[in-house]
Amino acid sequence: MTASDGVTPLLESSGLGVRFTTRTGKVAVALDDVDVEVRPGEILALVGESGSGKTTLARTLVGLQRPTSGEVLFDGRPLSYSSKSLRKLRSEVQMVLQDAVGSLNPKQTVYESVAEGIRLHKRVASDPAGRTEAELVAAALSEAGLRPPERLFLRYPHELSGGQMQRVLIAGALALRPRLLVADEPVSSLDASIRGEILALLLGLRESLGLGIIVVTHDLGLAWNIADRIAVMYLGRVVECGSTEEVLESPRHPYTRALLSVVPEIEQLTPVVLTGEVPDPTRIPSGCRFHPRCPAYADGTAGAAGIAEKCRTAPLPVVTAGGDHRVACHLAATPES
Amino acid sequence: MDHLLELDGLSVSYRTADGPLPAVRGVDLVVDAGEVVGIAGESGCGKSTLASTVLRLQPKDAVVEGEVLVAGRDVLTMGWGDLRALRWAEASIVFQGALHSLNPVRRIETQIAEPIQLHEPGLSTAEVTARVGELLEQVGIPAARSRVYPHQLSGGQRQRVMIAMALACRPQLIVADEPTTALDVMVQAQILDLISGLVKDLGVGMLIISHDLSVLSDVCDRVAVMYAGRVVECGSAEQVFRAPAHPYAKALAQAFPRVGDPAARYAPAGLAGDPPDPHAPPPGCTFEPRCTLAVDACREAEPPLLDIGGRQSACIRVGAA
Repeated sequence: MTASDGVTPLLESSGLGVRFTTRTGKVAVALDDVDVEVRPGEILALVGESGSGKTTLARTLVGLQRPTSGEVLFDGRPLSYSSKSLRKLRSEVQMVLQDAVGSLNPKQTVYESVAEGIRLHKRVASDPAGRTEAELVAAALSEAGLRPPERLFLRYPHELSGGQMQRVLIAGALALRPRLLVADEPVSSLDASIRGEILALLLGLRESLGLGIIVVTHDLGLAWNIADRIAVMYLGRVVECGSTEEVLESPRHPYTRALLSVVPEIEQLTPVVLTGEVPDPTRIPSGCRFHPRCPAYADGTAGAAGIAEKCRTAPLPVVTAGGDHRVACHLAATPES
Repeated sequence: MDHLLELDGLSVSYRTADGPLPAVRGVDLVVDAGEVVGIAGESGCGKSTLASTVLRLQPKDAVVEGEVLVAGRDVLTMGWGDLRALRWAEASIVFQGALHSLNPVRRIETQIAEPIQLHEPGLSTAEVTARVGELLEQVGIPAARSRVYPHQLSGGQRQRVMIAMALACRPQLIVADEPTTALDVMVQAQILDLISGLVKDLGVGMLIISHDLSVLSDVCDRVAVMYAGRVVECGSAEQVFRAPAHPYAKALAQAFPRVGDPAARYAPAGLAGDPPDPHAPPPGCTFEPRCTLAVDACREAEPPLLDIGGRQSACIRVGAA
């Protein structure tokens, strides 16, 4: 499967599904038929509310979660879940977790934290330039913007600022020379002034190392700042995807529009505050899964277009991965809506 | 008439092994009934210390100078009995982190009822239950859910419970420390709507602390920006967010890009450097080491907070322009 212009995606999923059986025997559908792709050097943002499945998708894409249906392809080859192939995958796809403070071992120095991956993946033996472990750690720290790196070697996490901790985590990921970085809410716990610095770092890494990046976030401003493409998720499905400009400047799904309208800086849109939260994934609504909260359904727009019945009952096709702007909405699919 | 809240030359420093550590340095601020005032700033700027001082909840090792007047009475010097009567009933606080502030093993109705029972011991159990139900409805939680435990609620609902608790004894002043941090955009919008509605309906005054200037600009009438313990800019939310005068306020406002703004596309705005070490502050303006507009004069003395066209700003260049 290749994208329209013939470039093989670095990572892609097709028909990806993840189901969990709860203690009471109910089945929670965390991911339901998700197709996404990231090409080399591309930044994809997965956006949505808590419970939309964006973190589950990120974890499944990096092999931390096994899909119950569908598959993930890296470099065009399906992931295999043997520990040997997962280890190989992890040196190419690295994840930077949410909450830098909680992700670093408080008893490990910066050097040890970054060197851990280098040792596990025997990077010293495989380094083409024959660098020592200390040189590799230093290189990774400088790439993450911590200069001079030697000054930080013996520091412990509690001696670092929030921004520095986030950079150490990124350095740990970079030390393995990955081709894809998956960052889960990379700046949500950081101060405003540091936020821009970390985002600029991610952009710079794409530029200098050609990294593909998947960023999981609920912050649309962040997506506008750095992402090439956006996939908007709702209740385990991608409901709209396209280039950042397409999705954020001319959103077609009522859910995307609502998300955009509540970003505090956008005053030209009347805020559409959706009631409630993402529903329980053990009880996915029939028809369009968004219809119980959909402002266009509630205010009669869907009814006027003669599709209210469809919204309630007719399932929507899966939004496929790829270049152009796609949306899963009966209303958006109706002419003159 | 007395202001609902008046901070007058408030300074707070912590006693540490390395000598006093100044956290808040000479803050003057006023909140009136029906008004929402925001305090923005980064970690370590003193905003949470300031919030805790309003109800005299600062840690024991804090040394406080200046005055904190709630409805004209000084909170810092009043007796314990008066202070107990004031907390909850005249002024209450919504703490940061609803997950950790609620007791995980007690039903939410018990937790909301507690301050009511303490402050109005004459009420019958039925009256207290009725009040708890009303409070829950007021914050958008069905009264029928009053017997759940915190873990059965989502993050947004827990934050609503915290707000219901703060309203329990019908205070005139509510202090909210990061009320929407860690919440989703949609839930954040719901909570901000709730806060605006409550202020309008109940006529209370509110002081909101946040690191997110865009959130404050949405819900506040006035915003003060703090840096290294001082207010460096103060004005209407519109002025501070749309046309900030102080270079730090500018950097803070730009950190939240406007979606659709071509200037922010692939260009996240950051601010290099870290806030100054409070033990060794720079000689002049505390923001000078990070300021791209700094000149020699900035290193000489800390600029005072001056009135400039309906707002206040503490920058020598703003005064000159």
